[in-house]
Amino acid sequence: MLSMNVIRLLPEIILTLSGVMVMLEEPMLPATRSRKSLGWFAIFGTLAAGAASLWQLHFPVGTAFYGMVQVDAFSVFFHLLICAVVLVTLLTSLDYFEGFATHAGEYFALVLFGATGMMLMTCSVELLMVFIGLEISSISTYIMAGMRKGQGASAEAALKYFLLGSFATAFFLYGVALIFGATGSTGFAAIAAGIPTAKAPLLVVTSFALMLIGLGFKVSAAPFQVWTPDVYQGAPSPVVGLMSTAPKAAAFAVLLRVAYTAFPTLQHRWSILIWILAVLSMFVGNLCALLQRDVKRMLAYSSIAHAGYILVAYTAYQADGIAAVCFYTAAYAAMNVGAFAVITQVSGVKESLSNIEDYAGIAQQRPMLSAALALFLLSMIGIPFTAGFFGKFYVFTAALHAGHLWLVVLGLINSGIACYYYLRFLISLYSPAPSSRAELLRGKPLSFAAAAGITLCVLATLAVGIFPGHVLHLASRASDITAITH
Amino acid sequence: MMLVNNHILTLIVFVPLVGAALLALLPVRGRSMQWGALAVTLLTFLLTLHLPAHYDYIAGGMQFESNHLWLASPAIRYHLGVDGLSMWLIVLIGLLAPFGVLASWRAIGDRTKEFYVLFLVQQTAMLGVFVALDLFLFYGFWELSLVPMTLLIAIFGRTESRRRAAMKYFLYTFITSALLLVAILWLYARTGTFDYTVLAQMAAAHQISTSAKALWLASLAFLLAFATKVPVFPLHGWLSDAISEAPTAAAMVLVGELGLYAILRFSLGIFPAESHRIAPLMIALTAIGVVYGALIALAQTDIKRLIAYASLSHVSFCVLGIFSFTIAGINGSIYQVINHGISGGALLLLAGMLYERYQTYDMRDYGGLAQTMPWMVTLFVITTLALIGLPMFNGFIGEFLVLSGAFQTHPRWTILATVGVILGAAYMLWMVQRIFYGNVAPKLSTLSAGIDMPDLSDREQITLWPLAVLMLILGVFSPYFLRAIDTSAVLLADKPPAAAAPHVVVLSSATYALPDSSTDSAQGGK
Repeated sequence: MLSMNVIRLLPEIILTLSGVMVMLEEPMLPATRSRKSLGWFAIFGTLAAGAASLWQLHFPVGTAFYGMVQVDAFSVFFHLLICAVVLVTLLTSLDYFEGFATHAGEYFALVLFGATGMMLMTCSVELLMVFIGLEISSISTYIMAGMRKGQGASAEAALKYFLLGSFATAFFLYGVALIFGATGSTGFAAIAAGIPTAKAPLLVVTSFALMLIGLGFKVSAAPFQVWTPDVYQGAPSPVVGLMSTAPKAAAFAVLLRVAYTAFPTLQHRWSILIWILAVLSMFVGNLCALLQRDVKRMLAYSSIAHAGYILVAYTAYQADGIAAVCFYTAAYAAMNVGAFAVITQVSGVKESLSNIEDYAGIAQQRPMLSAALALFLLSMIGIPFTAGFFGKFYVFTAALHAGHLWLVVLGLINSGIACYYYLRFLISLYSPAPSSRAELLRGKPLSFAAAAGITLCVLATLAVGIFPGHVLHLASRASDITAITH
Repeated sequence: MMLVNNHILTLIVFVPLVGAALLALLPVRGRSMQWGALAVTLLTFLLTLHLPAHYDYIAGGMQFESNHLWLASPAIRYHLGVDGLSMWLIVLIGLLAPFGVLASWRAIGDRTKEFYVLFLVQQTAMLGVFVALDLFLFYGFWELSLVPMTLLIAIFGRTESRRRAAMKYFLYTFITSALLLVAILWLYARTGTFDYTVLAQMAAAHQISTSAKALWLASLAFLLAFATKVPVFPLHGWLSDAISEAPTAAAMVLVGELGLYAILRFSLGIFPAESHRIAPLMIALTAIGVVYGALIALAQTDIKRLIAYASLSHVSFCVLGIFSFTIAGINGSIYQVINHGISGGALLLLAGMLYERYQTYDMRDYGGLAQTMPWMVTLFVITTLALIGLPMFNGFIGEFLVLSGAFQTHPRWTILATVGVILGAAYMLWMVQRIFYGNVAPKLSTLSAGIDMPDLSDREQITLWPLAVLMLILGVFSPYFLRAIDTSAVLLADKPPAAAAPHVVVLSSATYALPDSSTDSAQGGK
């Protein structure tokens, strides 16, 4: 029994151990030594965790540690996704902190710990466990947001993220407390069983609403999005790439599990709530993004809009809705991590390029990088033969199957609005540069690791866009998230 | 030969894409990009010629098909095929590409790699639109065709407002295409297939949906997206900016072909009844478009903008033919799109050559060029005559077919459209007069002071003469080209359900008379 427990938590265990090792190793290295070796160690740790997740597929679906976590195709899907995001983030930011050598080690350890928390979130079937995972991942990302020490914007980002994030977590915890009061349990299956006989139905509804608020903060769905632009603008670019995808994927996974396995009987109520959140997020995200000049702020608003698209799929109370959510998070991860990886590379630790106009002429100085960025932007627009297109396609098909025609129409109008700002950025990349900036744009040559990371994203964006079958297959396997009672 | 026939369409579509990838990897040395792009486009053109050479005219219908499963769920198929509707359009796109490369040879001096890579990707997307028989695949190519074109305009546009023009073009087409996607998804939800041939059969048997309202809305979504791309009045807001900014090679394929083909194939094919229902409106809009475009063109002083509005007038004419639902009208509209591609393309090339010399498109700066540029004026006049529909030239056949077809069903609007044709002659001839005759404009003489502006170079002659010859060939040997188009037009033209039998007889007799009459007039010209 113990061995099965270990196997079902193996990816998390590997990541934690690697993180601890990195932390222990860091002070032993002389202060002048490059921290890259630690980064490579973290990369191998991530690969091993990914391999362990894949290995879990060979075992029957089941729970571990007394029904705290459940390993199924769903958890494996998100584990792999998180591993992939972390892998690319690590590859593209190996030498990002070289200037601030003293922080590099911490950074690698924090990424690994954060990933552990996110993975725990996706496999938990018990609310307290979800909460622990949420906290581990949040605290790591709070610190990472402030990694550019000495920079006002970065400190501001970290503090804002911390304050609002804790606030959101408190909402979530309050929801957990209420549902425990109503049903006497925090396990998903037990909650679902207890809801019909719950003495105070109002508690149940309130509890779900509070949890939705908490998770809404984490996925930055409107109207809980206010922190997003400031944090994304101030935080280091590789960290933004990570935290705009992996923790969000994890929070979406939690939302799926909670909504579909713990509160299935409330479907008519929460699907209206989510309908509203989806429409608000899409409009707020896209309309505000139109007004931005700062690239990272623009992408922050765009991530709000993408959260809206993902929420569209939630309203389809069907397996294909869940599959669409999984697919979209994967597609979004590929293009968004890729976009931030390119921004990391061209902008550097000084974040020298902030406005859209600053990117003018990148195409001449760094043709391959800007071609990659162009691909990611096209994918975010949803141009066919890219990952983003199939993501939108599955999301809207699922919503249409469920009969939400108006939601689909609003969503497509939004993707029309969105193409304006993506395109503006894209055109800016290929505009002629003022010659005074040419030197600045040239930057340092791409390292092998960064090239590998960006190539991975490009390949993923194209492969998912041209042959979405494989990911879709995984996503539809993942859509079976029935909670097991033990 | 079986092997070639099965894969020829895949080859045609993807050769430019492979070429683009190769060019992206090649270093820019001298004119390596130009030669590379020329080789790729010529190869593509030769491949497209395989189609008319091996098309089975007697059997008609879809040929050279390849049909493979691309995705199991949703059921998306890699289904390509060609019939009389699309065959000559594919050849046309293949034909125009090398001319586009030649026209850009010197006009695009900076960032040639980006230009030719985008240009070739654009080729793939457009060719894909013409051969895709799976709605999903079609939509993919349709949207894809938007991207390189937008970037070509945004990067290589002529003035500072190029970004605005590009954005406008993109938004117009993208937003209407989003509604098209909803309609496609709805169709899939109703029928479980994206396959055009299956859908067309179901539509013919009225099996798609019992809800007339839903069908009507879906058909409107289709038509809106296609009409914006054509563009049909009043959706032409993007047109004049896009044309006047776009580099010549891009402007040549910006208007007409894709949208018209899509209307014929998908609007008429999948929503036959709804298309009939909206036909009176479309006829009115297009007739207005013909006259409106011509009137605005008359008022222009900028050559590119004049061409833009002339194009609006021309493509409105083509759509008019489609919605007459007569064989002659549909034949004529396809024929006229081909003409528009060739003659309109030649006109853009000529205008581009003038611009390369004098750096202006403003007609008021020109005048009296006929004395110094005899070759240029010869070709310009030939093109003009072809465009205004002089007998023996291609434009005559197209206009005649469209007018005679449309007259059978909507005589009043057709008379209005005929006014547009007359106005067309006016603005074209007036343009020739203003550029080539009269006194040499003062600005021009200062521009060329000390520098002798040369007449057409060899490269330019090579670019223009084949097109000029084609205008004649299409004008004289129209039955050869109409043979294939006819096989498909017969299926689309109709027999309205309530129509009386004599009406049908009149229609078919008219069709049979038409190819003959056009050859007669051509031979009479000899």
